[in-house]
Amino acid sequence: MSTSAVVAPGSSRTSGPGDPPATARRTGYRAVRPYLLSFAGLVVAALFALPYLVMLLDALRPGGDVLTTPPTLFPRTWQWGTFGTILADQRFRDWLVSSLIVAGTSTVVVLVLAVPAAYFTARHRFRGRTIFLLVVLMTQMFSPTALVVGLYREFFELNLVNTYMALILTNAAFNLAFAIWILQGFFSSIPREIEEAAQLDGCGRFGTLWRVMLPLTLPGLVTTVTFTFIAAWNEYVVALTLIQDDARKPLTVGISSYVTGYQQNWDQLFAASLVAIVPVVILFAAIEKHLVGGLTAGAVK
Amino acid sequence: MRRTSSDGVGAAATVVPAPPRRHRPRRARAADSGRGDVRSLTALPWLGPALVLIAAVVVYPAIELVRASMSDYSITGLRKGSAGLANYAKVLAHPDLGTVLVNTVVWVLAVLVLSLVISLGLAQLLGKEFFGRKLVRWAVIIPWAASLVITARLFTLLLDYNYGIVNRFLIAVGLRDTPIDFLGDDRWTMPSMIAVGVFVTVPFTSYVLLAGLKAIPADVHEAARVDGASPWQAYTRITLPLLRPALLVATVLNIIYVFNSFPIVYTLNDRNPGFAHDTTITFMYKLAFKSADKSVGMSAAAGVANVLLILVVVLAYLRVSRWREATDG
Repeated sequence: MSTSAVVAPGSSRTSGPGDPPATARRTGYRAVRPYLLSFAGLVVAALFALPYLVMLLDALRPGGDVLTTPPTLFPRTWQWGTFGTILADQRFRDWLVSSLIVAGTSTVVVLVLAVPAAYFTARHRFRGRTIFLLVVLMTQMFSPTALVVGLYREFFELNLVNTYMALILTNAAFNLAFAIWILQGFFSSIPREIEEAAQLDGCGRFGTLWRVMLPLTLPGLVTTVTFTFIAAWNEYVVALTLIQDDARKPLTVGISSYVTGYQQNWDQLFAASLVAIVPVVILFAAIEKHLVGGLTAGAVK
Repeated sequence: MRRTSSDGVGAAATVVPAPPRRHRPRRARAADSGRGDVRSLTALPWLGPALVLIAAVVVYPAIELVRASMSDYSITGLRKGSAGLANYAKVLAHPDLGTVLVNTVVWVLAVLVLSLVISLGLAQLLGKEFFGRKLVRWAVIIPWAASLVITARLFTLLLDYNYGIVNRFLIAVGLRDTPIDFLGDDRWTMPSMIAVGVFVTVPFTSYVLLAGLKAIPADVHEAARVDGASPWQAYTRITLPLLRPALLVATVLNIIYVFNSFPIVYTLNDRNPGFAHDTTITFMYKLAFKSADKSVGMSAAAGVANVLLILVVVLAYLRVSRWREATDG
C-alpha cells in the first residue's frame, strides 16, 4: 500500500538524457555484447536459483524419500499433490495471512518513521546528529536472540503477547536503522540545487520532500521496502517467543511444525517454504522497475 | 561534524557533477562551517517518532539484558541475586573463547570481503540492459527472500555426507572418488559455512550497490566518456567514489549482520560437539542452552560483550572510512 503511494509520482521517470544513445562504434565486442550479457545473466540466475530448484524437487517427492542413499536429483516417485495439500491446509493459510499483515504493516511503519528522519539528517547539521545516527545503528547490533527475554517481559506487561501489534512494533524498530541509513545516503546525494529550485517554485518543506525528493530517491526506497519486508517476513526468534496462538503465528514459525521430532514432512516443509518466497518475489517484481538510473541527470545546469 | 573544505571528498559524495559552488545560498554554507544550521529542537518532530519506537522496543530490553548479565541465575533460570561482573569474568575465562573469537574474525572477514567483491560485479551486471534481465533480477532475490532458517536447513541436506546431492554430483563428474564430509570434517566446516554465508549475503549487498549505482546521474558517465576515459578508469575514478555512500552502508550493515548471523552457523554446525566452529553469537546461545554451564547470566554477559565488540569494529570502520564526509550532504 505504502509502496504505491510513495511510488506514485512516477512522472519524473520519463527517460531523460540518461539513456545513452548508441554512439559507440559497432566493433566486434559491441556486436556480441548483448548475447554475452544475457549468457552471464543466465549463469548467475541459475547459480542463485539452483538450490531452490533442488528444494522444489524435494517438495515433489514423498517426505520419507528426501533422505535416501544414494541421493537422486529427481524424485523416484513424483508426488504432485504437495502444493495442493499445503494450500488447502487452513493452518497454512492462517500463517500466510499473519505474515502478510505483519510484514506489510511493519514496512509501512518503517517508511513513515524513517523518511522524515533520514531527510532531516541528510539536509541539516545539528547537535546530536552524529549521536542519532550511531544510536540508530546500535539498535542493529543487538541480536533479537539476545533481547527476546526482555521483549517478552515488556510486551507481557503491556498485554501485547500474542498480538500482531507486538510483532509489528518489534519488526519496525529493528529495521529502522537500515531504512534511515540508506535513505539518508540517498537524500544527501541529491543536489541541494534541485530542492532549492522547488522551494523557489513555492513548494513547502513537506511538498518538496513529497513531490521532489521522494521520486528522486526511488532506487533507495525500493531497496528499503524490499529489505524491510523481507526482514519482517522472515523474522523468526521474536515471533516464536511472542506468539503462542497457532492461527496468529507467521509462516516462519508455523511451517517448522511440519518437521518435528514426531513427524518429518520434508516435502510439506519445502513446499511451504517455496510458497513463502512467492509474495516477496511478487512485491519485488512490482517495484523492481523503479531501480532505474539517471533520474537526476541534467536537473542541475 | 567539521568539514574544512566543501570541495573535498564530501562534495564528491553529493553526486553533483561538479557544479560551480559559488552561488550556494548562505544557509547551505552555514551547514559546512560545522556548528550546525538548525537547533536540535527543530529536529525533534522529524526524528522523534523514530526515537520513541527505538527507545520502547530496543532500549528497554537492552537494559534488561545488561541487568541479566550482572545477575546470578539458578540452573532453571530463576534469578537468585546480583552477581556483579562475575559472569563477564567467567566468559573471559572460558577455555573456548579464543577459538570462538578466531572463528568470528575468519567468518566475518571472509563473508564480508567475498560478498562485497562478488556484489560489485553483480550490481554492474544487474544494472545493464540485456534480454532476460528481469528474470535474473528475480532469481537473485530468491536467496534473500527465502527464510534463513530454511536455507540453512536446505544446505545441510545438499551438503550432507550420505544424502547430499553436492557430493553425488562431485562423484558423478569425477572430481572426487569419495564423498566430502562438508559439515563434519574440520577442514571443510568453516569453508562450507562461509560459502553459504556469501550465498545469502550477496543478493542484499548487490541490491544496495545497484540502488547506489542507479542514483549516480548518467551525465557523469557521459562526461567521462567524452573526456576519453577508459571503462576501467571511469569505474575506479568515478563510479567507485560516487558509490561510497552505498558501499559504506552495505559494509557497515553487513559487518553487523554477519556478526549476528545465527541460523547458518548454528544449523550447519549442529552435528559438531563443543565450540570448534562457533562464532560469538552461537557461543552466546549455547552458553545458555547447550553447554555444561547452562548459565543465563553468562549468556547475557556474552550478549553484551558481543554488542560491544560489534560497536568497536563498526566505529573503527567508520573512522577509517571517514563516513561523516561521505554522508554529509
